[in-house]
Order: sequence, then C-alpha cells, then structure tokens
Amino acid sequence: MWSFSKISNILDSWLSETFSPTWTMVIEMVIAGICVITLFALLGLVLVLMERRVAAWIQIRLGPNRVGPGGMLQSLADTVKLLVKEGMTPDGADKFLFNLAPIIAMMVAMLLMAPIAFASNFQLWDLNIGVLYVTAISSLMVISILMAGWASNNKYSLMGAMRSGAQIVSYELSAGLSIMAIVVLSSSLNLNDIIQSQADGWWIFKGHIPVFIAFLIFIIAVTAETNRAPFDLAEAESELTAGFHTEYSGMKFALFFLAEYINVFIVCAIGATLFLGGWMPFHIGHWEAFNHVMDFIPSSIWFFGKTFFLIFLIMWFRWTFPRLRIDQLLDLEWKYLLPISMFNLLLVTLMAILGWHF
Amino acid sequence: MVEEISSTPAGDIIINVGPQHPATHGVLHLVITINGETIQKVEPHLGFIHRSIEKMCESLSYRQFIYVTSRMDYLSSHINNHACALCVEKGMQVEIPSRAQVIRILMDELTRIASHELWWGAMAMDLGAFTPFFHAFREREAINDIMEETCGARLTMNYMVPGGVMQDIHPNFQRRVKDFIALYKSKINEYSEMVTGNIIFQNRMKGVGFLSAADAISFGCTGPTARGSGVSCDIRKLYPYEIYEQLEFDEILETGGDSFSRYMVRVREMNQSVRIIEQLIDNIPEGDFQAKTKAVLKLPKGEFYQRVETARGELGVYIVSEGGATPYRIKFRSPGFSNLSALDHMARGSKLGDLVAMMGTLDLVIPDIDR
Amino acid sequence: MMFIVKYIKEVFSGLKSLAIGLRRTLYYFTHHKEIITQQYPDNRDTLVFPDRFKGEVVMAHDENNEHACTGCTACELACPNATIKIVTKFDISPEGKKKKAIDKFVYHLELCTMCNLCVVACPTDAIKMAQTFEHSVFNRAELTKVLNKPESKVREGVE
Repeated sequence: MWSFSKISNILDSWLSETFSPTWTMVIEMVIAGICVITLFALLGLVLVLMERRVAAWIQIRLGPNRVGPGGMLQSLADTVKLLVKEGMTPDGADKFLFNLAPIIAMMVAMLLMAPIAFASNFQLWDLNIGVLYVTAISSLMVISILMAGWASNNKYSLMGAMRSGAQIVSYELSAGLSIMAIVVLSSSLNLNDIIQSQADGWWIFKGHIPVFIAFLIFIIAVTAETNRAPFDLAEAESELTAGFHTEYSGMKFALFFLAEYINVFIVCAIGATLFLGGWMPFHIGHWEAFNHVMDFIPSSIWFFGKTFFLIFLIMWFRWTFPRLRIDQLLDLEWKYLLPISMFNLLLVTLMAILGWHF
Repeated sequence: MVEEISSTPAGDIIINVGPQHPATHGVLHLVITINGETIQKVEPHLGFIHRSIEKMCESLSYRQFIYVTSRMDYLSSHINNHACALCVEKGMQVEIPSRAQVIRILMDELTRIASHELWWGAMAMDLGAFTPFFHAFREREAINDIMEETCGARLTMNYMVPGGVMQDIHPNFQRRVKDFIALYKSKINEYSEMVTGNIIFQNRMKGVGFLSAADAISFGCTGPTARGSGVSCDIRKLYPYEIYEQLEFDEILETGGDSFSRYMVRVREMNQSVRIIEQLIDNIPEGDFQAKTKAVLKLPKGEFYQRVETARGELGVYIVSEGGATPYRIKFRSPGFSNLSALDHMARGSKLGDLVAMMGTLDLVIPDIDR
Repeated sequence: MMFIVKYIKEVFSGLKSLAIGLRRTLYYFTHHKEIITQQYPDNRDTLVFPDRFKGEVVMAHDENNEHACTGCTACELACPNATIKIVTKFDISPEGKKKKAIDKFVYHLELCTMCNLCVVACPTDAIKMAQTFEHSVFNRAELTKVLNKPESKVREGVE
C-alpha cells in the first residue's frame, strides 16, 4: 500500500545505490530540511485559516470568504502582504537581539519537529529519549520571547516577556509531569515505543481516569506554554497591545506568528502521540476484525486527524474563555495543576506497578 | 513629564496606556505608574477628543443644539437628546402629549439595552474573550434596526425634539420591538453561560476594583458604577421625569462595590429595561406625537436644569438663557467624567490586568468624558 | 479533610462552568444557520432600507421637471451646520411680475449630519431624505451638490 515509509525507503535505497554513504546522508538531510520548511509553510497557512474559520463560526460570522474559493487562499494573501512589508527595527532597540529573536523562535519550532512520527516508520530521527528531547527543547521557546521583549526597548514588550517567562517556566512542570504518566505506563522514553505500546488501545482509554486527568492537565499546560488564550498573557491584546511582539512588523512578526502556530501543532502532535496513539489506528484489545478494518486507513491520516482534533480543542478554548490574570495564572499552576498532577502521577505509578491498566 | 519621571521611586516605571490602545476604547490617555505588575498610580489625561460641544451649543438654536449632544455619549444618544429636550421644554413650559412621552421612554429604554449590550461585549473583550462581543452585537443590531426604521439612523438619531418626537413611530415598531424582546429573552441565558458563570471571569471580577459607598458618593459616581456600591442614585426613581413614576421597575442595587457588582447591576438593569418596554409597548396612547411649538423657540431669561438617567449614570443639562433664541451658556454634567475620577482610587494596588477590567466596568465612553 | 473536599469541589465547579461555556460555543460552531453576517457588496440587490433612513437630502422633481421649492430658506435657517445654501433669482412671469425663485439649491453633503431638521422645517415638502448611503467619492468637490435639476421650475400653485 502507498505510504510515507515506502516512499522514504525507495528514495533511501536509490540514493545509497547512486551515491557514497556520506553523500546519501547529506542529500537526505537536505531533502528532510526542505520537507520540514515546506511543512512549516503549509501548516502556517492551514492553521491560520483554520483558526479564522473556527473563530468565525463560533462568533456567528462567516470568516474569510473573499480570496480564492471559499477564502482558501486568504492566508496566502496575508503572507504575501507580510513579505512585502517593511521590517522595521525601532531606534532604541538592541538590533542584533531584536532580529535574532524571531529566528530563534523558528529554530526551536523546527528542532521540535525531529522526533515526531508522522506515520508508521516515518520519522526524521528515531531518538531513544524522544520525550526528554521534546520537553527540553520546548522550554527554549521562552528564550526567544524574552529576547524579543528585552531587545524591543518597549515597556509593553518587556512586561509581556516577563509574564511569558514566569508562565512558561511554571507550566513546564505540570506538562512534564503529565507526560511522565505516559512514560511510566509505557516504560519508555522513545516516542516510537510509546506508540507501539498503544497497539491494543490508546492510553487515554487504557489508562482509566488518571490518564484522562493527565491528558487534561497536559492540554491546559501546553495551551499555557504556547501562549494561547486563555493564557495569552504575553500578548494580552487589551492590556499590553501586543506584548512581546509589539515592535515587530513585516516578516519578523510573521515568523513569531508562524512559530506560535507551529508550536501549537507540535505540542498537539506530542499530545496525540502520547495519549491518542500517534499514527496508531483505533484498536480495541483483541478484536482482530475491527482492528484490521481500522488498519486500512493510512497511518498519516490517523496522526494528522488526531493532531488537528487537539488543535481544534485549543482553538475552541481560545475563542470561549476570558484571559486569566498573571497571579491567577500562577495560582492555577502552583495550587491546582502541580499538586493534582503529582498526586495523579502517584496513582499512575501505582497502576503501572499493579498492572491495573488494560 | 520630565519632573514626574525623576520623582518616580526606583523600581517603578511609567507606562502610557493610550491614547492609542486597544483597552481604552477611544482616545483616553492613562499615565500609569507600575511596580512590576502592581499599579501605583493612574492619571487620566483628557483632551484628545475635545470638540467644545458646550461652546458649539451656544451658537445653535434650541432646536439645533440637540443633535450635537448625540455625539457626546454616542451609545445612549437618545437619552442625551431626551435630557436636552426636557430642559428646553421645562423652560418653555410646554405640555408634552402622552403619546410622545411613551415613545420617548420606549426609545430611552431600547437605547439603554443597546448600550449595555455593547458594554457587555466590549468588557468581555477587555478580559480577553472575543466571542461575546459578536454575540452581543446580534441583539444590539436588532435594536439598531428598530431605530433605523423609526428614527432613520442607527447611532445618532436626533429623534427627540422640543415638544415631543420628530416623527411618529413606524407602523412596524410595535411588532419589531416584540420580536426583539422575544429574541432577547431567548438569548439572555447565554450571557450567563458564556461570561457571568465562567470561573475565570468571576475570579477576574470578584473583589477587584473595590469602591465603597462613601467613596462612590465623594467621587460623584452615578449610574451603575455607584449602584454597584449600594448607593441609590437612579434618577428615574429619585427625580422621575416623563411618566417613569407610573411604571413598575426596580432600581438595581448591589452592595459588593467590586467589579462584579457593577457588572451584575448592568446585566440586571437590562432585564428591568425590558420590563419597562413590556409595560408600555401595548399601551402607547393615541394622539399627537409632538406638541405645537412656535417656529422660533425662545426660552425666558433664567437658568434651567434637567437631569436624566443615561446608560452610564446621571446626565445633567444646565441652560442659562438670556431670553434669546440661542442659549447663553450650556453645561453638561456627564456621568463618564465623574466615574472616571474614581479609577485611580480603585486601581491602586491591583494588577495591570485588573485596570482593564475596572475600566470595563466603569463603562467609559470617551466622547462623553471629554466633550 | 474538609479542606480537601472543598478543594475538589472548587476544581469541579470551575471545570463545570468552563464546560458550560464550551458547550455554548460548540453549539454555534456546529449550527451555521445562526450566522448573521450580511455579505454587503454582494447583497446590494436585496438590500432594503427603511423608507425613513436618512442618507442624503434630495429634492423631488416630477415628470415636468418641476419641484416644490419656493426658496423660502427655512431649511437653510434650520440647518445647524450651514449645509444648505440657497441662491435665489427673480423670475419674470408672463404678466411681467417679478417672482422670487431658487437659482441653485446648494447642498454640502460633506457637512451634513443627517439630522433631518431641514426636512421637518420645509413648509412645502420640497426636500426629503433619500436612502442612498454609498457616498464615497474621489474628489471632495463632488460632495457639494446642486439639488434642483437644470431648467427646473417651481410647481404651479406652490407658495
């Protein structure tokens, strides 16, 4: 059957027949890089459009419907607009850091792409500590925001950056702890192994209530980590105009914007991988016939379907809830999410030791 | 400004919120001193939208000056016009036909609902929830359509004239208003589902921006801002004009004094306005919609004052007449100005995010503050 | 122990209030018939304005190219913004009598606030409000209009 792994294998074998192993490696890296950048651009376009549609329908509007069929090309037109705009650097800004910040934001988002399994046997880097890698790299996001806020020489930006720093550092904890629940259950840090361990059912179904709580906490924490409403204090339009990217314009702003959406995609992909089985089709225990039918749906569709479902969840939150205040945001983490997730991890560990999960 | 900065304690920074800022809903300029996220001082700077309406009115005749007042508090323009018309009528000693009185009150209450709808959406938007804004506009549009049909405009209607109203109500008016009430009643539940009951919203509002009853009086706060602190100040009850004393409605009082109380006052006030409309909509008396007045209106020499309850509080119109066809001096006592003066007192010691919520609950309309 | 019960209750009531809000937005997300957007430039043909809508002041002319304006300047006096300027001339009637009539009824749309005072003031109902609303032009001079058509006359019998 046609699949991503077939294509990559054919390409790999053709390249290694034609070139020496070193060149094969180099060419494959270039191809992977181009694919990632293309995926970025595509995701940016699709997610912006999706966000605007979700927002519009929730807000009893129609949403973009002028550019292209049904407004499909709206985000492309926006990109063109942003590309031709002047990228201004404010007078008092630290020019080097100011221009570096959006690039770092993109770099972090790109690095996170590496260990994600998009389909069965289709992964850039099968890393044996994939989960650790993802948690480690995603905490680098805060650097670009702090850098942008500091270098802008703008009080709004600085406050946005400082808020974001406090927020990301604290929500890292509960995100990490809820990920740990799955690591404990599947006893592996390898994302592939985690997916394989869900062959007879996804963890969210197998893991009883504790895993569901872990999933909830994970969604809340990653929403906060990616600075999405109701935790968008770093931007907080009505308070800080645009927060850390107040001074950015043109393509530099677009890079931040894109990085936000890529980050949303990545955390949702991680969430889908850990809790909803990644590319693993929907399997129920030993119902061979049912499982076989499910296998006919390509694994990439499963992966993207689950990821986009989680993205929809996060968008749905954004367009429903008001924003929290900074002290309430930290209260939520330290008084509610962290104790609950610690207790929850204890339960999960107990469950794993006693083998109570399916 | 330089002096201000040099006298600021170490660690405090001064931030200019406005004149171009998404939270000020207009050109209000707040110079706030903050320490970290905590507000030390809020200093409103006015003057960005000063059009000298009071001075303009001095050169306009008593018929003409009413239209300018629509541009003060543009969200309750009917009520502004009503206040001016009442003040002129007081000076002329004209008897208003009862039909005109009922139409005026209906329009006032519809305007009050429309204004509170917009406030509700805009305040939710200040707190970061964008969706309620669009939902509030659905109901507000229904009112605007009614206004458009009867008065010919959606925002600045200029419908009240000395002696009554400019035109009779449209034949569809009663049906449309009943449709609106049905729509409103079917949707009002969503307001509590989406905003009032929301735990994030309640945490943002409760115990924030406290204004005691004594402070509310000393700052001259009126309207829902003062009623949220438990000060009874509804002009419709205390100094009834038109036929308000014959109507059954409650003055909404909340004793919390915090942002949530002010929020609840406005939400509950909308229901009272609907109650008033329901009492009147089927009982519009027949008769003239306008009293016969002279072609050129002249007020006798003297001073005339009339107050009404707008959506934001007490609007006072003070006319000094020298006996001519134009007023000698006009002064408007606008509710927004006094309510804004309480902001500094409320905001000290709270967080920057709260400032936005407080400004939301004060329901600031900048052209009303700065005429 | 009471503390923990209270804590858990707090968490659940909070989550419940959030779920209620989410249910409401999901309803609107899935029920597209609630959408209230009017696609304005596309719906021009079906756009109906109420007959009282105040778009701009126009002068009604009948099929004989006659209007009802006597040039009494009541509207000019009623206007708060000097929007209307009436230029009069003297027509000589067949009997040799001089009669005052309008030469030009100049209307400055750029100054007009659509307050309707001129229409109310007009004793002969010569002017009325039109339901047009697309007033954008490229040149500001185009906003200054002469309302009476060329060669038009005041209708017989209108005083």
